Amino acid sequence: MAATIPPFESFYEEYRTEVLGFLGRRLGRDRAEDAFQDTFLRALRAYPRLEHGDHLRAWVLTIASRIVLDDVRKRKPAGELPELPTEENWHPAFEELAPLTEGLPPKERAAVVLRYGYDLGYDEIGAALGSTEAAARQAASAGVRRLRKETT
Amino acid sequence: MTDSVSPELDARFRAAAAAEGLLDVAYDVLTDTPIGDLLVGVTDHGICRISFDADPERHLETLAELHGSRVLRSSAPVDRVRKELDEYFAGKRQHFDVEPDVRFLPEFNQRVLEQLARVEYGTTTTYGSLAELTGNRGAARAVGTVMNRNPVPIVLACHRVIGANGNLTGYAGGLERKVQLLQLEGALL
Repeated sequence: MAATIPPFESFYEEYRTEVLGFLGRRLGRDRAEDAFQDTFLRALRAYPRLEHGDHLRAWVLTIASRIVLDDVRKRKPAGELPELPTEENWHPAFEELAPLTEGLPPKERAAVVLRYGYDLGYDEIGAALGSTEAAARQAASAGVRRLRKETT
Repeated sequence: MTDSVSPELDARFRAAAAAEGLLDVAYDVLTDTPIGDLLVGVTDHGICRISFDADPERHLETLAELHGSRVLRSSAPVDRVRKELDEYFAGKRQHFDVEPDVRFLPEFNQRVLEQLARVEYGTTTTYGSLAELTGNRGAARAVGTVMNRNPVPIVLACHRVIGANGNLTGYAGGLERKVQLLQLEGALL
């Protein structure tokens, strides 16, 4: 049975610290504060459309990721992007990952973007998606395989 | 090692949420009133809850069920009620301008509360005469139940309703508070 949707206050209290930490690691402390407010305002706007209370953690971290992307796009003077992981040489700069991965199933897309766009560990990704480290690794590599097929 | 959310950031978000009109219910806890802590909830339509049980944990689910899931503590929307209650407790206000929001109640309850709203500051009435005014002579007991479940005591002054024999009868917030409120209004010595 699906979990019921908690009152927003309970949801906010449960995830606010983690969301701020997530944003702080990506944007730095000052910008994280604005992004924090944007994240929860966006969550508040979407809240009445939620159909159940499952995966709220992944849901709010996904919103936070989009806010990070928006923030980076807005500010990006070309060539000033954060360092990207290098172990896979095919991957594009991370703001380009979003449109590129649009065709992927949601879980694979999230795993790919969080792994290669944000350099998150699979344990973190698993946690963000409400699943396991192994499942996150699997989703990311399935996503990459699918992308390779599409681009060749 | 996670940064915790500072009180300033927290307050900023709560204020923005209310300012953007995104809340179904904004609530706050009024501390240090002469009758103890009060939980106050407001909607766009007025004041929907005053409770003598000021622990929000015990109200969140109910408020969400009645009014919508976007229930958030936020002080600005409650300011007007806070001010009027302060004035009332200071003996400087006899009538509340904030509207009660009781749309979610059964029709009978709404009719009884409408009659209750006409009982003047500093006076009392009985369960029986409220029943009669509602057009249900003999429904005194049902009126008692409506008083007991009054979502906005003080503003809808169920403390002004007493037994036909002059007994104070009961009060959801405890008889002691009923006495205090009647004394404040000068209806009791």
